[in-house]
Amino acid sequence: MALPRMPAPIRLRELIRTIRTARTQAEEREMIQKECAAIRSSFREEDNTYRCRNVAKLLYMHMLGYPAHFGQLECLKLIASQKFTDKRIGYLGAMLLLDERQDVHLLMTNCIKNDLNHSTQYVQGLALCTLGCMGSSEMCRDLAGEVEKLLKTSNSYLRKKAALCAVHVIRKVPELMEMFLPATKNLLSEKNHGVLHTSVVLLTEMCERSPDMLAHFRKNEKLVPQLVRILKNLIMSGYSPEHDVSGISDPFLQVRILRLLRILGKGDDDSSEAMNDILAQVATNTETSKNVGNAILYETVLTIMDIKSESGLRVLAINILGRFLLNNDKNIRYVALTSLLKTVQTDHNAVQRHRSTIVDCLKDLDVSIKRRAMELSFALVNGNNIRGMMKELLYFLDSCDPEFKADCASGVFLAAEKYAPSKRWHIDTIMRVLTTAGSYVRDDSVPNLIQLITNSVEMHAYTVQRLYKALLDDISQQPLVQVASWCIGEYGDLLVSGQCEEEEPIQVTEDEVLDVLEGLLVSNLSTPVTRGYALTAIMKLSTRFTSVNRIKKVVSIYGSSIDVELQQRAVEYNALFKKYDHMRPALLERMPIMEKTASNGPTEIVQTNGEAEPSVVEAKHPPPVTQPTNQANDLLDLLGGNDVVPVIQTTVPTKPASAGGELLDLLGDLSLSGGPAPAPATSVPSSQPAFLLDGLTSPPLFNDIAAAGIPPMTAYNKNGLKIDFTFERANPNPNIAVITIHASNSTEADMTDFVFQAAVPKTFQLQLLSPSSNVVPTLNQGTVTQVIRVLNPQKQQLRMRIKLTYTHKGSAVQDLAEVNNFPPQSWQ
Amino acid sequence: LLFSRQGKLRLQKWFTPLTDREKKKVIRDMMMLVLARPPRSCNFLQWRDLKIVYKRYASLYFCAGLEDKDNELLALEVLHRYVELLDKYFGNVCELDIIFNFEKAYFILDEFLMGGEILETSKLAVGVSMEEADTLQETMEEYMSKPAY
Repeated sequence: MALPRMPAPIRLRELIRTIRTARTQAEEREMIQKECAAIRSSFREEDNTYRCRNVAKLLYMHMLGYPAHFGQLECLKLIASQKFTDKRIGYLGAMLLLDERQDVHLLMTNCIKNDLNHSTQYVQGLALCTLGCMGSSEMCRDLAGEVEKLLKTSNSYLRKKAALCAVHVIRKVPELMEMFLPATKNLLSEKNHGVLHTSVVLLTEMCERSPDMLAHFRKNEKLVPQLVRILKNLIMSGYSPEHDVSGISDPFLQVRILRLLRILGKGDDDSSEAMNDILAQVATNTETSKNVGNAILYETVLTIMDIKSESGLRVLAINILGRFLLNNDKNIRYVALTSLLKTVQTDHNAVQRHRSTIVDCLKDLDVSIKRRAMELSFALVNGNNIRGMMKELLYFLDSCDPEFKADCASGVFLAAEKYAPSKRWHIDTIMRVLTTAGSYVRDDSVPNLIQLITNSVEMHAYTVQRLYKALLDDISQQPLVQVASWCIGEYGDLLVSGQCEEEEPIQVTEDEVLDVLEGLLVSNLSTPVTRGYALTAIMKLSTRFTSVNRIKKVVSIYGSSIDVELQQRAVEYNALFKKYDHMRPALLERMPIMEKTASNGPTEIVQTNGEAEPSVVEAKHPPPVTQPTNQANDLLDLLGGNDVVPVIQTTVPTKPASAGGELLDLLGDLSLSGGPAPAPATSVPSSQPAFLLDGLTSPPLFNDIAAAGIPPMTAYNKNGLKIDFTFERANPNPNIAVITIHASNSTEADMTDFVFQAAVPKTFQLQLLSPSSNVVPTLNQGTVTQVIRVLNPQKQQLRMRIKLTYTHKGSAVQDLAEVNNFPPQSWQ
Repeated sequence: LLFSRQGKLRLQKWFTPLTDREKKKVIRDMMMLVLARPPRSCNFLQWRDLKIVYKRYASLYFCAGLEDKDNELLALEVLHRYVELLDKYFGNVCELDIIFNFEKAYFILDEFLMGGEILETSKLAVGVSMEEADTLQETMEEYMSKPAY
């Protein structure tokens, strides 16, 4: 008894029509799922009649984005079928659904082999096509022999397909290249354009891959004359409707031949000479009114530039590119700019002739063209044209889209540095960039600019004056503000004294300058980094200006700033005023001229894949001094790491040598053995608490844990980072609490670059020793420890503000917290 | 790649092996880049290390990815030639033809290109091959231009 048959699966077109009526994605998905289910059961039934139809439907659904892998085996069955219709769909399915990654393709090899020997050329064609598109290396190895056989057939339909299939085989298995060599002997004597074209492609592939092949074809086969002849015939021959494109005979073949000639002529004088004439002919005779002609000219130019052509020909090529630049068609202008970029290194002068056209392209509306024009313009800048070019480039900077500004600014800086005709011009140019594109300037330019400015000694007054004026106008562009603040800090005295020679000196008082700098500190527009610059600038002015009191006031206000960085600086500067006033002038002296420590790479365009990218970004490495303004801090920071109040004793220059050594020991290692001599006490006002210096021969103090008996506490616990404090009392000085922090990390990623900073109220003094490491390992596998000593002579309640910075899972994290839960025993 | 203005894929031909996920990403990126281009822009753009050439014909975008040494201007001609071939086969081709007869569009493409290179430069020859191959299809129904599969 026959099983009831399922109704015939719906037709492909019907399915497509149905699916298109779906109004929502959900509706479509439902239809597809239903149909897939039907198809699956049909496959299970091994229905030969409708398999083809079902696979076709599956391919349609696959194109819409739905999974179709269950159809892979069915494709193989179709390929094995005798029906042409089945094979056609089967092979299509194989090309769409399978690639060399799947194992199924191995099963295809036998089918393909059979089909390659089929009596019908269209079946053979299907097999060649599929093999040539998705054949894996194994398949290629197995079937290469068959392909080679077909390459020698007289059937041009098959020959051309075999040629391209051979190209694929060679790409997958380069070692097999040799085997195709004999078959190539008379490929070029074919009349059929299809065969000619594919043969040229095959020869190109062989020459590109193997220098031996290349040499062989040059000498033995006399390939160049053959190609020249074919090309000549193409150009000279009359109209051929079959191959004509807008009046040009088979442009595809022409271009391919030109490309092969390029490879043959490169680096070879004889070959290049043999093709000079034809290249000149093509270059001058090709119609340029349509895209087709220009495509051929483009390829010709590329060939001329690559081979050893005579100079007349090269000039011809560049002139063609110059003409392209004036063409109305955007594509052609784009292609011209790209090619000029490639040739600007070797034929610099010739390209220079077209400079004005290139610069005009900067004003083009098209983004792709603008970018190319900008890159090319920078490549063309030299000592002679710098003034004119810079004018254009600065104008471009003003008006271009934000995506260009950063690159353009960097390019301008580099070019200015290399070719500036005068220092003043250089400064003016920098000013112009900072004021027009200031916010887009790269962060690393700020130190570079500062360095440049210090180097132009005679321009200091002029520079600071201009920067000051710029600040008056606009304080929103951070790089400008930072550079300006730095300069005012350094050269403020020149500003106030009105010494400028280059232009009319402005009248400005010390108070006005301080107003501006203070304005920066309070403005919402200033970033923390900028504020840092401003504060340090104010501090430096204390040695250059007379209104020191005002400066002192400002500095002390910021001693309690919320921004820990600012607070740290302010407190240190305060200390400088109070205790180390005698050191102040020396510390805040004029900066010496900075040496350029890194090599400034050439502005050359770096060629990558023929696409040129300006190397302006990578070429400059900022000098290692990342914050020149921090020099004042560095001394104070010497040993303390991240102190709020630095260890003062170590910086006092007038202490006995013996004590000095021990002090350094003290800070380098945790034990207090051999306490440092209190000799500093004699040179320092007696009101200073004897920090850790009491007791010349005090025994190691850290082991007195039990004596203290202070319970530990958790100071911070957030985002997986936990910081515990454990306490010890440092004998003999009961005013000192020694706190050890233990930082642990419960997340699944390490916290690297971990930095712990602490600040205490003014009545305390704090010393922070080096941490055990700066990586807090994941999942509590270890802790980072660090020792803090707090001196609390007035026995006030201990409070602390801490700042944590670290990198976690690739992003930087920063957090501030207050610690108020100290156990009473720690400070009583 | 062929896709419509609404971002629907109509045809995809890959000449390098990529995983399904990679292909989907490329398609998404291409659609995003090309559909965002203003009307009178240059037909070329740079994406990763490929040169992308695209051209709009009525409601369909034809988009091709080229290697560095390929000639972009010629690629425009290649795209145009393919459209001409479709036009000749279907007679005034429109997007619907390609939707309902996508497998034919593929067959035509396979007679024109193979492995990313041009197979046949004669329009006539491609047309003849398609005609002859079609006659081999087993039933009359399947032979006709708008078959009911």
